[in-house]
This record gives sequence, structure tokens and C-alpha cells, in this order.
Amino acid sequence: MRQVDTDSAPARRDPAPSRWAYRLHRLWLTPAVRKFLRLGLPLAVSGLALTWVFAQPQNRSAFTEMYSDIRRSIAERPEFMVQVMAIDGASEELSADIREILPVDFPISSFDLDLEAMQEVVEQLDAVARVDLRIRPGGLLQIDVTERIPAVVWRVQGMLELLDEAGRRVAALYARTDRADLPLIAGLGADREVPEALELIAAAGPIADRMRGVLRVGERRWDVVLDRDQRIMLPETRPVDALEQVIALHQAQELLARDLAAVDMRNPARPTLRMRPHAVEELHRIKGIELGDILQ
Amino acid sequence: MTDLYESQRAMRAMRKAALQRGVIAILDVGTSKIACLVLRFDGPEQYRENDGVGSLAGQSAFRVIGAATTRSRGVRFGEISAMNETERAVRTAVQAAQKMANVRVDHVIACLSGAMPRSYGLAGSIDLHDATVTEQDVARVLASCEVPDLGETRHVLHAQPVNFALDHRSGLNDPRGQIGNRLACDMHLMTIDGDAVQNLLYCIKRCDMELAGIASSAYASGISSLVEDEQELGAACVDMGGGSTGLSIFMKKHMIYADSVRLGGEHVTSDISKGLQVSLATAERIKTVHGGVVATGMDDRERIEIGGDTGDWEHDRRTVSRAELIGIMRPRVEEILEEVRERLDAAGFEHLPSQQIVLTGGASQIPGLDGLAPKILGNQVRIGRPLRVQGLPQAATGAAFASCVGLSLFAAHPQDEWWDFEMPIERYPARSLRRAVKWFKDNW
Repeated sequence: MRQVDTDSAPARRDPAPSRWAYRLHRLWLTPAVRKFLRLGLPLAVSGLALTWVFAQPQNRSAFTEMYSDIRRSIAERPEFMVQVMAIDGASEELSADIREILPVDFPISSFDLDLEAMQEVVEQLDAVARVDLRIRPGGLLQIDVTERIPAVVWRVQGMLELLDEAGRRVAALYARTDRADLPLIAGLGADREVPEALELIAAAGPIADRMRGVLRVGERRWDVVLDRDQRIMLPETRPVDALEQVIALHQAQELLARDLAAVDMRNPARPTLRMRPHAVEELHRIKGIELGDILQ
Repeated sequence: MTDLYESQRAMRAMRKAALQRGVIAILDVGTSKIACLVLRFDGPEQYRENDGVGSLAGQSAFRVIGAATTRSRGVRFGEISAMNETERAVRTAVQAAQKMANVRVDHVIACLSGAMPRSYGLAGSIDLHDATVTEQDVARVLASCEVPDLGETRHVLHAQPVNFALDHRSGLNDPRGQIGNRLACDMHLMTIDGDAVQNLLYCIKRCDMELAGIASSAYASGISSLVEDEQELGAACVDMGGGSTGLSIFMKKHMIYADSVRLGGEHVTSDISKGLQVSLATAERIKTVHGGVVATGMDDRERIEIGGDTGDWEHDRRTVSRAELIGIMRPRVEEILEEVRERLDAAGFEHLPSQQIVLTGGASQIPGLDGLAPKILGNQVRIGRPLRVQGLPQAATGAAFASCVGLSLFAAHPQDEWWDFEMPIERYPARSLRRAVKWFKDNW
């Protein structure tokens, strides 16, 4: 007799989670654990793997070699190579100077050119007011230079130097006659007051043919030196006004054409004339004659 | 009395911690099902600004983010009888709810329906030191309540001051700051069997969770099923569960009486099973699909296949008429309702100003109960469903989830219990700092 077991179906599965499944589920729902498993653990594992790989010197050197190889293969493409240097806006000597102080061996990759450092180097030249460097397509290193324009010649301690309007040195000068067109200033500290000197020179227009230059005295005030050893001594403050005063006197009374050694305006309220000995004698003689006439 | 509060105070502290963390679980350990809800508390402000919804009786403070139900195992009459089975069922429910909420829950508020609840009304009164009632006076009057002998293994579940009276004025909710000579209070104390609590505690411990509160399910159902004026004027909530039927009487928004009848829907099922000679599962299905308590002529003609899988054709093709099924179910339902009536009479329910009775719980869904119940319980009977709370799945809005929902409301807005008040200074240890402060206050 065959036994038919119809109701011995497989035992119903228990829907309850086991204790460990329950605990693991709760652990998984814990925010800290979750964050750690999703972010911290992968990061830690990859970090460890990287550390392990780079701990071996041959791996490290292989990596750096590979890196530099790739970099070189890109940098040395012909598109990035610089062949020529072109200097615009500089005189012959200045561009020669620039070529001398920029030691660049062409052809060179533009990745290896440090334009900012090169700009700093060029700007250290006295004759350069401003310089722009850029790499133009076609492998050209373009250097645009703005030169300093000399405004005055400065004579100090037996040397001649060219200064620009702000008093910055431009170049040395070997002979005054090389730049006879520029006015002359002299004296220690004159380079710091070049704008004032230029104002004085401009104000001295009417006597420009007689003026030899302006002299800084004691690093505080100016003398205007004229030919025939005449000088106009100007005060520390508002020297231009004092000079204009003297020029007005000259235009009215031919002051400077007379036999004077100096016009002393150091105290503007009390202008003083210093005469030469011969003129003094002449004055005394004339006074004597005039007085004699009166006495007689 | 002090040691009695220790566990309750610890639970209260734990609930505070859970609320601060923002997530708490609600666990209803019933005879027929175990339900678990996961609540998230994030304050009412979050919803107030954008959609203009005010705090709906405090419900907007929380949101149900996880809900799960599983068939209960190892629970009889609302008490745990097979601990391992129950633990597994709790684990199933909690895990499913956590999975739905996608958050880990560490604190749980549980309710249990059986364990023979017993209600006591306590009264106490004191003379006030000075005319004004202070916190300390409230503490003293609560301490002065005469506590009856509860029994060795009984555990205090609820102890709520329901009324304060100052001299001849009664019905005060909060006597602090008022002036009088004699302060009296009434308190409702509810005890249950301590072993049941211990078993529940053990089950929850085994699930790696901590108990943050415990309540009677009759009380929780009352909170969720009675509307506000019913709670205020006086009403009884009858929670017809699977293994036991809890009843709680509310008055002035306080529970004043609770009891439970050890009969429920499962007894109806077992009656059907015995009467029709079918398995319990089939009986349960027949009860829920075809059940009823009021027979009509139509029911005589309606035949129900009750089936079977014995292989005997005659046996497997049996049918019964629906009238027969009703004939089996009705006496048992009547018995339950009569038992409830007896308990209500014993509690003096007829003296309340309003005698509304609200039937809720899974067994209250039997068709025709609204016709049968008034014959036994009186005219003012309605079938109640729990309040709607935010985020509750549609499947969990039925009457069977009244105590779950009530427990959520209880978690959001707990009533003051005895242990939430200050302890009277006299009961502090002799070297306590508070006692020193009190001495200074009294003497300067």
C-alpha cells in the first residue's frame, strides 16, 4: 500500500530574522557604520594599496620616470617650441644687454620658459621702464620694451649720469657734449628732486641762454648757476616763485647783466645782492663823486 | 515608595533622550498581531511655515516613517507565554519597520493589553504651610495619598493625579499659585502583573532595544479613539482585541478606570473552529470574510464553503449557511459585551454625566456589531476608529491599530504621572542638598 503524504509540505519558513541577521541589519542602519562602509573603507583600502605600491623604490622611480616622459613628450611637440627672440622698442645697446642677461638656449619648450622671472630680470636694467614678454604663435618669444627717456644729466662726484623725469638712473654718460640738449643738474641728492629741478629749468626760460645748470646745495636747496660765475641762490621752500621774482627783476632792470656775484634769495622776504669787489669799488667811487658834488 | 519610581523615572529619562534623538519605536504586543511603528519627531515648525498647518492636537510634532505588522506568536490573553516565540515575532516586526524607515531605532515604547490590570482611586489631603500652593505642596499632597496593599508581584503602570481640590473648590487641573488652606487630590493608580512586565522587558532587551515607556493598551486606545468632548464629558473605550478586551473610562481628559476582560476575537475564532470542525486558520478566514452577528433571512440561503484538505471528498466539500456561522459567533460576542457591561457597572459608569461607549480594536469590525452592542451596552454606542496621524500607511489606519496610534500620541504628549512631579523634601535623604536649601528658605 502506497503511502500518500499530501500534507507533509516543506515546513513553512520562519519569517523572523535570526538574531545575527537582526543585529547586522541594525548595524547597517547605524549612520556611522554606514558612512564608514560606503566612504571610509574604500578610501582606506585604496589609500593602503597606494601606500604599499609606492613604498617600493622601483615602483616610485618607474612612476616618476613615466610622469616625466609623458611631460617631455608633450612639451617637446613642435607646437610648443620657441625658436627666436624678438625685441621691440629697445635701442641697439639695450637689446644687446637684454640678450646678454637672458641666457636662453633656443630652441626651447615654452613649458620651460619662466616668463615672470625673465620679466623681473629685464626690469632690473636701468634703461628699461616697462617690459612685456609673451610667446607668440610660430615659436617667437616677443619682448616689448619701453625705454626710460633721459630728462636731465646729473653730474656728481666727477661722473655724468642720465636721469629720467622721476630721477631714476637711465645710463652713464661719458661726455657732457654727447647730450648737450639735456639740462644739467649737479650736487648730492639732486637725483631725488629731479621734478623740482625740471620745474626750475622750465621757469628759467628767459635766461636759458645764460644758464649752465642747477646745483643742489647741502641736499636741501637749489642754486641756479649762470655763466660769468653768477648764481641765484634759491630758498628751500617755493624756489620757483623766488626764481620768477629774480627773472622779473632781471627783465625790468637788467639785473643779471650787471657785475653781480650772486642774487641771494634764501630769505625771500629779504633779497640780497652780492657784488664783485670791482663793482663795489666802482660803486664807492661813484658814490664819492656824487657825495663830493654835493659837498662841493 | 521611592524605589517604585526608580524604573519609571529611568524610563522617562530614556524617553526624553529618544525624543532628543528624534526617533522612537512604538510596539504593540497583542495576542493576534504585533505591530511596530517608527516615529520621527522633528518639531511642529517644520510643517508650519510652508503649508500653514498648525499643530493638530500635537500630532504634527511627529511623523510615522515606518510601520510593520506581523502575526503574533507566543502571546495569550495579551501576556507573553512563550518568550522565544514572542521575541522572534517582535524582531520580525521591528526589523521590517526599521527597514521601511531606513533608520535604526534604539528606544521603544510598548503597550500590553492583558496582565490583569487593576484600578485604584486614591485620595490624599494636606494642610498648607502658607496660603499659596507651591510645587512642594503638590508633591506632599501626592505623597499623602493612601496607597492600598497592591500585592507582592504587582507593578504600578499608571499613577495619574486626576483632580485637585483646594478647600471647597474641586476640579482644579493645576493648583499651583492658588490660595487656600487645605489641598486635596484624587489619583488614579493602575497596577498590572509584574511578571508580564518583566517578560516584555526581557523580550525587548533580547532585541537590543531599550524600553522607554510602557502603557496599558486600553489607555492608549482611549487616547486615540475617543474624541475630545468624549474624553472631557466621560466615555468608555472598549478595545476588543484578539485575546483580551480592554476597557478604559475617561473623564475630564483623564483615565479614571481601566480593566480588561480575558476574552477576545480569538475565542470567536476558536468557537468557529470547534463548531465547524475546521482549522484555526480557516476559521479565522471564514470569520473575517463571512462573519457577522445579526442574522437575516438572506443569510439562511448563503452557503459558505468551509473546505478542508483531508482528501475525503465529502469532508472537503462541506458548506454551512451564514446563519449557522452567525449562530456560532453571536453568543461569544454577546458574552464579551456582557462581561464588559459588568465591569462598567462595577466601575460605576452609570454615574457619569455622559455615557458614551466607543468600541474599537480588531474585533469591533464584525459586521452588525453596531446593532448588537446597543442592546447590551446601552444607547450611546459607536464604533470608533483611531485618529489619523501623519505618515501612517493606509493599511494601519483601521480599528485594530487604535492602541498603536494612541501610544504614538502618548509618546508625543504624555500625561503627568506621579513620578513626573517633584519628590517631597521630607523624603529626600537626610544629607541632601535640597533639604539644606529648604532649611535655609524656611529659616530666613
